[in-house]
Amino acid sequence: MKTSTLKTWAWLHKWSSLVCTVFMLLLCLTGLPLIFHHEIAHLTGTEVEAPELPPDASLAPVSVDRMVATALALHPDRVVQFASQDEDDANVWFFTLTPTPAPTDDFRSVAIDARTGEVLAQPRFDEGFMWVMFKLHVDLFAGLPGKLFLGFMGLLLVVAIVSGVVLYAPFMRKLDFATVRRTRSTRIRWLDLHNLLGIVTLVWALVVGATGVINTWADLLIKYWQHDQLTALLAPYAGQPTVPVAERASLQASLDAAQRQAPHTQLSFIAFPGTAFSSPHHHTFFLRGDTPITAKLLQPVLVDAKTAAVTAAPPLPWYLSALLLSQPLHFGDYGGLPMQILWAALDILTIIVLGSGLYLWVARGRRPVEADLPAGALTAAAPTGAAR
Amino acid sequence: MSRPSMWRWPVVIGAVSLVGLLSALLGDGWADALSWALLAVPVVLSLRGLFGGRRRT
Repeated sequence: MKTSTLKTWAWLHKWSSLVCTVFMLLLCLTGLPLIFHHEIAHLTGTEVEAPELPPDASLAPVSVDRMVATALALHPDRVVQFASQDEDDANVWFFTLTPTPAPTDDFRSVAIDARTGEVLAQPRFDEGFMWVMFKLHVDLFAGLPGKLFLGFMGLLLVVAIVSGVVLYAPFMRKLDFATVRRTRSTRIRWLDLHNLLGIVTLVWALVVGATGVINTWADLLIKYWQHDQLTALLAPYAGQPTVPVAERASLQASLDAAQRQAPHTQLSFIAFPGTAFSSPHHHTFFLRGDTPITAKLLQPVLVDAKTAAVTAAPPLPWYLSALLLSQPLHFGDYGGLPMQILWAALDILTIIVLGSGLYLWVARGRRPVEADLPAGALTAAAPTGAAR
Repeated sequence: MSRPSMWRWPVVIGAVSLVGLLSALLGDGWADALSWALLAVPVVLSLRGLFGGRRRT
């Protein structure tokens, strides 16, 4: 590598890193508790659990309509946006209630036991330590602009990682893999550690970084999906207002119709008419498959909100499949607790890479980048200075 | 240019990480265990570098 090429890559690595490092440190730190959000909810007792019922209890399953009515009775001034079934316990249903069907952070949640119709809890997901961690991680409390900003910082991280790999070559050319020169200065030791940790966590950091960036585009991808795929389906409904609650057909009948349409699936969530994930004229049922991979993907089924007849079950477009698959790859929630622990370890190692990078920039001062290269690592322009 | 051999371990570790990331996504049970084993590789190598003592100079 020539000195001028090295200087270009070093410049790119320095500035892409410097701009995003503070935000990446924030994302790594706030992401750490989020990896364990389920366990933390369990330990702090904020997790909703359905009680054991006596085995002789004769129960007729409660209809979704009755559960919706129960949830609305608690919040008569609100509308239901979403209903979902707990992934771990199908008896627990969650209802999300907001002032209007528009996206908002002002929401209330009601958890209902589907066996008894009883309210289990009204968990507040929009307050407390984990909510602050979540918002700082997702959008810095700034909505879509905040998300897109963090996505841009994620793109800079990808640039920093790629330029870091290019710089790895001249720095490690004369050294064996995983060499950490401990007898020299602290700075050289941390340079070697930065290179080692950076290169071994490379693929994980790239995948988690890139999938995080994709996740920041979720709102836009959903909007595009509505424009791209639903416009044609909704043409017959043009000009009609959002179906009023009083004119809506039975939700249970709609759910049954949706599940007949897509066998071997389980309900993930229901988006109510007029919400971001549905149309003004439909209940949209998002159904997940029953294999490890299809369980991460969703089949949308649009059911006419007035008639409970299935309008369409459009196949998920590639960009939403990519979005849904990038979620587990970002969260690390698809391989049990050991995987979560490894995720946390790799997260902490990334913090060390970021921190050591910052330290190296400060400690280098005005020294040129080639000053830290092992002797003979550069192919100088003049043949006399060539390596070896 | 860089020595080709210097990329041998980074490429191996990258491939190991990638299979580790995908395995648990595509299967359950043994596929999860494979993910754990493979994703532990970069963690162990990092810890060895950080706390590995003065074996190398």
